[in-house]
Amino acid sequence: MNREIEGIYALWKRELITFARSKSRVIGSLGMPFFFLAILGTGLNNAFPLPTGGNYLQFITPGIIGMVLMFGSMFSGIIVLMDRQFGFLKETLVAPISRLSIVVGKALGGATTAMIQGTIIMVIALFLGAQIQILDVAMLFAFMFLISIMFVSLGIAIASTLQDMHGFQLIMNFMIMPLFFLSGALFPLSSAPEPLRIISMLDPLTYGVNGLRFILLGHSDVSFGVSLAVTSAFTVVFIAIAMYLFNRIEE
Amino acid sequence: MNAIEVEGISKHYGSLRAVDGVSLSIESGTIFGLLGPNGAGKTTLIAMLVTMRRPTSGSARVNGFDITKQADSVRKSIGIVFQDPSLDDELTARENLELHAAMYAVPKQVRHGRIEEVIKLVGLEKHLKQQVKTFSGGMKRRLEIARGLVHHPKILFLDEPTIGLDPQTRAGIWDYIKKLNEKEGITIILTTHYMDEADSTCQRVGIIDSGKIIALDTPENLKNTLGGDVISIKCGGTDQCVNEISQLKWVKGAVKHGGFVDVRVEKGEEKIPKILRLMEQHGIPVESVSLHKPSLDDVFLHYTGKTIREDEAGPRDAMRLRRRAWGHRK
Ligand SMILES: Nc1ncnc2c1ncn2[C@@H]1O[C@H](COP(=O)(O)OP(=O)(O)OP(=O)(O)O)[C@@H](O)[C@H]1O
Ligand SMILES: [Mg+2]
Repeated sequence: MNREIEGIYALWKRELITFARSKSRVIGSLGMPFFFLAILGTGLNNAFPLPTGGNYLQFITPGIIGMVLMFGSMFSGIIVLMDRQFGFLKETLVAPISRLSIVVGKALGGATTAMIQGTIIMVIALFLGAQIQILDVAMLFAFMFLISIMFVSLGIAIASTLQDMHGFQLIMNFMIMPLFFLSGALFPLSSAPEPLRIISMLDPLTYGVNGLRFILLGHSDVSFGVSLAVTSAFTVVFIAIAMYLFNRIEE
Repeated sequence: MNAIEVEGISKHYGSLRAVDGVSLSIESGTIFGLLGPNGAGKTTLIAMLVTMRRPTSGSARVNGFDITKQADSVRKSIGIVFQDPSLDDELTARENLELHAAMYAVPKQVRHGRIEEVIKLVGLEKHLKQQVKTFSGGMKRRLEIARGLVHHPKILFLDEPTIGLDPQTRAGIWDYIKKLNEKEGITIILTTHYMDEADSTCQRVGIIDSGKIIALDTPENLKNTLGGDVISIKCGGTDQCVNEISQLKWVKGAVKHGGFVDVRVEKGEEKIPKILRLMEQHGIPVESVSLHKPSLDDVFLHYTGKTIREDEAGPRDAMRLRRRAWGHRK
């Protein structure tokens, strides 16, 4: 047992070291969300009244944090593919630790780096003048962690089924972007047309964004209880799928 | 005691028998070389022994542990250097070794000492803090060997430890390998394309072709069973040459390979004139003739009908070499 925990810790640390060293990845991952906040957020700030009250920058801040968490953690998960292509995955797969520990170490590492990115963008939003109040710090970080674990697991699951990096662009365009736009990160679902709203209800990120919005703004389209419950359910399912698929990797 | 005992092990990929009913045993404390042309099944056999792939049938014991039922114990007791690169390029040498030590549960108190010890063995102690992506191909290979030793394995598997490296670095790596075997008593199982290096390093070799072991002995015995001398003739019309020469009763064997015909005879120096005369009679142009004692190359040619040459590396090797030469980053 102790051995497994040591292995998990070492793999977690590896994720953090790699993350800290790749400045371009950190900056690159914060570029787009920054422009959303700084340009879209401030540009549309007073353009129209929101049904929920408040201004637009304030409204999208939780959505953008959710986006950073999803992009960051999905990416960490998909890096399994690169580890595989560059051979390092083999070294972990023949080590005397279980596959479960490898996945857990990877997931915790990916979630940690995603949360760091999410926190950075939150601070940036504050500097841009977003009026958010954190109702409960512990709750905020717990929820951010939940979202990150959910998407890291999804990333690992996807990476375990792909053979190389070619599919990556496809996933980016046809999975990550739609999930983001459908989540109600940029517009209130309550005023969206019915069909769009229904599709949004199938998007795991919708519940993540709404949970964050409740914690940061005190109101949301989907109640906090439902957001928490659905996010937890998706997380459990994605972890199970990730474990199953990762277990089947032959080298 | 035997470090490895393999009984009728096979691995099938669809209809392809990558490894086909291999049985062999390897004594503890020896250096064993597995030789074979591209695609012979060397890597696949090793992959099964290190519990990375499951055999289709058959069984094996490594350090006394069953490879399917006691995979975890097998893993703890062996070190592996894969054919393809497997370091994390973003991490430093030390970080790579530390990660390995943690995954192999090397106790914290001794970890630091072990890392110092193995890094000195491969002469990279000045580069511990350097990111691996700044390493040359040879340095990476040495670091991989060091990593395979951090947890003090009883057996070290080396799949093509020197492929794609310059002769000097290769010589250095073979020195480390022999030193390890002599000083630490580690059993070493390796594959290589360099026959002369296998000859001078391995106490025993197995030749594998199309998934089957076709010869298994000391390099000395293998060369002796071929016997006599080898006359290498470079000529036009190698087919006709083989035909004519094979009819002579003092010829023990004649094979052609890439513009050459190798003829095995006793007292070669006396046979050269006779062969030349014969060639002249049949109007076969001869460019050059050389005489040598059988080498492991000749043994290999004799059993597989192929030569192993570094410049005949297949496309898979070419890709590997390129990857190693360029390095790769995320
Ligand atoms: N995962 C796989 N799926 C299908 N076929 C495979 C797989 N791995 C290996 N093979 C095939 O099995 C055969 C043996 O391959 P292997 O890699 O063991 O050869 P090798 O002796 O190590 O060759 P090399 O000298 O090129 O490293 C080859 O024909 C190869 O194409
Ligand atoms: Mg091979």
